[in-house]
Amino acid sequence: MRVVVQEAPFDPGAELNAFGNGDTDIGAVVSFTGVTRDVSGGLSRMQIEHYPGMTERALMQICEEAQTRWSLADVLVIHRFGTMEPGDNIMMVATASRHRADAFAAAEFLMDYLKSRAPFWKKEITSDGSEWVAAKDSDEDALNRWD
Amino acid sequence: MIDVLYFAWVRERIGIPKEKLQTSAVTVMDLVEELRAREDRYALAFSDLSALRVALDQDLSEFDAPLDGVREVAFFPPMTGG
Repeated sequence: MRVVVQEAPFDPGAELNAFGNGDTDIGAVVSFTGVTRDVSGGLSRMQIEHYPGMTERALMQICEEAQTRWSLADVLVIHRFGTMEPGDNIMMVATASRHRADAFAAAEFLMDYLKSRAPFWKKEITSDGSEWVAAKDSDEDALNRWD
Repeated sequence: MIDVLYFAWVRERIGIPKEKLQTSAVTVMDLVEELRAREDRYALAFSDLSALRVALDQDLSEFDAPLDGVREVAFFPPMTGG
């Protein structure tokens, strides 16, 4: 299990190649990469603030919860903070398991939870000004399906 | 003394990221009332608690939670990671 919170860009391809490498029990690797999307009005950049200390702690707890629910050989979460431009990678999760069902479900669970339980806040900066991204009710609803 | 941290628009409205406070508050809600009474910028930031979340010593908590033994309180809007 590896949790990384960093300002610097990361290489999803290199991370994925290294992930679970050498473990011959792994039959399935699932990954998700979150990318900075343009918005109407034209996004010049996005600023991501986080809560150092709590962020790592919350991400570890979410990964540990995933490991108790599914049979996972490994879990990786990388999440950036700081300034992103459209097209920049924000974060990635990867899960590895013997069979694909566990890896797929765990990756979705990780994404649902880290969206609204890991202390990150996004601010979009456009030519019209800047605005904090509001959490959606659907983000909270997404958690309920895992109860 | 207790460390109080603010993030995102809560930090912007209050104007500082962190402060140390001497408080006699028993619960988070008591602390919120103390802060609201201090200045308008606090009253504004804490006007709608449904738009706020609180963490005690870096664990998500509730506004009716006790502050006994807590060293760090953080107030912030709902999180938008991912």
